[in-house]
Amino acid sequence: MEQLLNCQNLSKQYGYKTALDNISLSLERGRIIGLLGPNGSGKTTLIKLINGLLAPSSGSITVNGFAPGPETKKIVSYLPERTYFNSWMKVTDILDFFCDFYDDFDRKRAEDMLHRLSIDPNERLSSMSKGTKEKVQLIMVMSRDAQLYCLDEPIGGVDPAARDYILQTIITNYNENASVLISTHLIADIENVLDDVIFIENGHIRLHASVDEIREQERKSVDALFREVFRC
Amino acid sequence: MAWILDDSRPIYLQIEDLIKTKIISGVYQPGQKLPSVRDLAAEAAVNPNTMQKALTELERSGLVYTQRTSGRFITEDTAKMTELKEQIAREQLQLFLKNMEQLGLSRDDIRRLLETAWKEES
Repeated sequence: MEQLLNCQNLSKQYGYKTALDNISLSLERGRIIGLLGPNGSGKTTLIKLINGLLAPSSGSITVNGFAPGPETKKIVSYLPERTYFNSWMKVTDILDFFCDFYDDFDRKRAEDMLHRLSIDPNERLSSMSKGTKEKVQLIMVMSRDAQLYCLDEPIGGVDPAARDYILQTIITNYNENASVLISTHLIADIENVLDDVIFIENGHIRLHASVDEIREQERKSVDALFREVFRC
Repeated sequence: MAWILDDSRPIYLQIEDLIKTKIISGVYQPGQKLPSVRDLAAEAAVNPNTMQKALTELERSGLVYTQRTSGRFITEDTAKMTELKEQIAREQLQLFLKNMEQLGLSRDDIRRLLETAWKEES
């Protein structure tokens, strides 16, 4: 089967600033991958390139063999770092929205998750806390039967109990044809859920390894290794 | 409740040990069907591939077996369980003896302290 994600000599410049510098990377299916790096290392840029929100300055990027576009948006489910829903919307409006937009959206699954987190589908976003809004958005994104989930900082704004629930959701939604790419700073919280980690620094890939490899070779957790590699 | 894991060892090895403990302590009974990989992964709060790897290792050591269509079961081979129990006991004893040695205790000291501890317990 085609590699799920393939980047070849991918670079992205913003004016004179280089955000990603000639990276080559491929991701397999059936993996949960942590995209880890300090602030400004290029995590969000990479995720935006995967989703076609930015165009590469040079090099190429393909998802399932296609350049980012309508074909790939059908199979990539993206959680941006900031919410894009209008605040006048009710949760039911958003459910309708996702049903219209995505063939692979499972409304029942979304409604079940909303119920589990005690979110009222008739509530407007404008009256919700920041954390609740983030939960709603994540539920929508995880209720698609996508092949690649790109989650940009999915757990930063929610409380630890909801964090656990979200990780459970990622685990139980796991399927061997799909991969989940999660960017975060909260490594310790998600470490046990990850297959692989990618350390990214100043637009370069510093390390791409499995969590077990890291623990076997370094005899320490990914969190501890991160603190060591990126010591300020 | 997520299973408690430490930072220094690969997660699948820790999962393997935790399941062994559950088998020995009778949380999982001989012949009992194990939950699915996905459910076990969710219970332990670890990645499903990691859980799969731990179960494969347990299968290799014969403590768990797979029946093609109906799932994974705990072995009914009691000899195997006794063997496992003794193996774990030996490991714990070695660790204990090493720690006592580091405290500079002689064998007689250890024996005396153990007997006192037993008396106090009963």
